[in-house]
Amino acid sequence: MSDTKPLSLYVPEPEFRPGDTPDFSNVPIPKAGAAPRPPVDVDPGDIRDLAYTIIRVMNREGEAVGPWADMLSDEEIKEGLEDMMRVRAFDARMLMAQRQGKTSFYMQCLGEEAIACAFSKVLKSGDMNFPTYRQQGLLLSTDYPMVDMINQIYSNAADPLQGRQLPIMYSSKEHGFFTISGNLATQFIQGVGWAMASAIKGDDKIATSWIGEGSTAENDFHSALVFASTYRAPVILNIVNNQWAISTFQGIARGGAATFASRGLGFGIPSLRVDGNDYLAVYAVAKWAADRARAGHGPTLIEYVTYRMGGHSTSDDPSAYRAKEESTSWPLGDPVERLKDYLIKRGVWSDAQHHQMKEMLEAEVAEVQKQAEKNGTLHDGPHSSPGTMFEDVYEEMPLHLRRQRQEAGV
Amino acid sequence: MARMTMIQAIRSAMDVSMARDDNVVVFGEDVGFFGGVFRCTQGLQEKYGKHRCFDTPISESGIIGAAIGMATYGLRPCAEIQFADYMYPGYDQITQEASRIRYRSNNDFTVPMVVRMPTGGGIFGGQTHSQSPEALFAHVSGIKTVIPSNPYDAKGLLIASIEDEDPVMFLEPKRLYNGPFDGHHDRPVPLGKAAIRREGAEVTMLVYGTMVYVAEAAAEEAGVDAEIIDLRTLLPLDMEAIEKSVQKTGRCVIVHEATRTCGYGAELAAIVAENCFYHLESPVVRVTGWDTPYPHAHEWDYFPGPARVGAALKKVMEKA
Ligand SMILES: Cc1ncc(C[n+]2csc(CCOP(=O)(O)OP(=O)(O)O)c2C)c(N)n1
Repeated sequence: MSDTKPLSLYVPEPEFRPGDTPDFSNVPIPKAGAAPRPPVDVDPGDIRDLAYTIIRVMNREGEAVGPWADMLSDEEIKEGLEDMMRVRAFDARMLMAQRQGKTSFYMQCLGEEAIACAFSKVLKSGDMNFPTYRQQGLLLSTDYPMVDMINQIYSNAADPLQGRQLPIMYSSKEHGFFTISGNLATQFIQGVGWAMASAIKGDDKIATSWIGEGSTAENDFHSALVFASTYRAPVILNIVNNQWAISTFQGIARGGAATFASRGLGFGIPSLRVDGNDYLAVYAVAKWAADRARAGHGPTLIEYVTYRMGGHSTSDDPSAYRAKEESTSWPLGDPVERLKDYLIKRGVWSDAQHHQMKEMLEAEVAEVQKQAEKNGTLHDGPHSSPGTMFEDVYEEMPLHLRRQRQEAGV
Repeated sequence: MARMTMIQAIRSAMDVSMARDDNVVVFGEDVGFFGGVFRCTQGLQEKYGKHRCFDTPISESGIIGAAIGMATYGLRPCAEIQFADYMYPGYDQITQEASRIRYRSNNDFTVPMVVRMPTGGGIFGGQTHSQSPEALFAHVSGIKTVIPSNPYDAKGLLIASIEDEDPVMFLEPKRLYNGPFDGHHDRPVPLGKAAIRREGAEVTMLVYGTMVYVAEAAAEEAGVDAEIIDLRTLLPLDMEAIEKSVQKTGRCVIVHEATRTCGYGAELAAIVAENCFYHLESPVVRVTGWDTPYPHAHEWDYFPGPARVGAALKKVMEKA
């Protein structure tokens, strides 16, 4: 017998499971306004701390404080609030539509609205997002037609993707929205490649890659970091840390590292961790990263700390694996409520206005939904013709596919 | 006796195997506490502990690469890939590594692992929850590929796969997951043996997984006396069962959900042509998914259903 203890496998566990009362008082939430705002050409080695803190702008009193504050006008902020509320109304409506059997599947971004909505404001026409399935805010906060999103969700006759893709897997080159893949993480490195191309051609466009914290375990995440770092690609690498990857808590993907943002440090990439439920902080950090990329200083890695308040998708019931009150006990609050409180505190918004806005947006979404339903729903049709199934596999349809289409009689 | 769904049968196979052999470990994405998105591993962590059933990071190359490492140590890992569509990041580890470690080390290292994965469409899962990649496995020397069509087989084949000394890709047709059948037994069903689901004299139907039921319905509707062979294991393949049947019936219809070109049906057709040519009364016919990416809205026009398979049966009969 050896005199050493037998080894045992360490498997991380979340702090709370169903039946527990969540208590996040031990989660350190840095004070709003405390994190410094470096110049965009900073040496990444000088801002390592920003990968371990949480950059926050709005404090508990509803004030915007510190060096990352004061970047947006009241009007712009009101618009941001409207964007987030539109996303929330849209999600609620589409969730219902799935329950009513109008489509097969839906994914909401409840609680994470600030991230995509604020981020989209730092992009310019021609820039390209490589999103995941939880960035509907990128489309809904810009001028992409909502009706086309619903047409896609319904796979109906007006679906711009002709019923080929799972609901919510939108695609629009014109709107800077790369076609969503159901295979996690693949887009993260593709965004880096797109950014490298922009640099190769001497263009002025930047790219954005998006990923969930769980998916950072995939090889493509690590490939993206090394390519972005090596070639100083003009890309913003966004990690949305919503704490849960289906039933798997974030510790399974993070291991012993303190934060996901700190993954970037070994690659020499400036890495910032930001309060993802703070619209103002998200905007400020995204703007900093975009300015860096446009000025030729290369990539930035950003971790948005947030919480997935809803189920993973319509196929998921989180009550089986996480404590019920977790989402309400989450210490970073609700992004919509926080921005509302901020605007009210500034005296440029009121509960009444907020309520009115909410009703207006719900009516807007309901109206657009009605419009989309004129083009059909998944189960009742109409759809694109089945013959379209054979198109766009190649630029020109090869003989074997022409024969198969004939055989199919469509 | 209570009846089991395919999901329960698969869970029960892992349970039986874990109880018999403490080298059996089970892991994958959402597999531990939650018990898998299809609940195939529900209760196993509670029963056997976190070191024998656990969640992994979302990294299929990690899952399969780690399974290989564990297997070479002497464990019998049974890993889950959440959907077959997500095995591709781990495909390198499967095709270049798991498949060849025995060969290249001259039997010094072996990989007795199982990789389970839900396969096939029919649940409106779109492109990345519906694929049928079995031919990508069967094409590779050194791994075995299994696809059960019912809970009894699922359980027995999974037990046999876990006990097998070679790497096994275990594809579970998700469209059959909730079908109620009898899965109560704890015996292995041998790999490499087909099952005759229906005896018949006029035409041999070569099928596996979900298509077993499509073949049964089509033969019934078309009023053709078909012999339906459920292959169960694609590799090693029960060539004798195929040859014996086709030599008897003189006709052959092959059905699978996967795309046609270089699909597993191409191999089956070649085997029939090579070994049964002089017994054939009509050309072999394949009915398959079309050679396009898997569509969402049109999936019921995409994979074979009784109408298309029935038309194929009529076609081979007409030529008589
Ligand atoms: C390659 C691959 N593996 C597994 C899956 C199955 N899957 C879909 S979403 C998901 C969880 C992703 O979690 P995270 O990256 O944290 O993003 P979130 O859903 O929380 O936004 C998993 C495992 C997949 N789609 N693709």
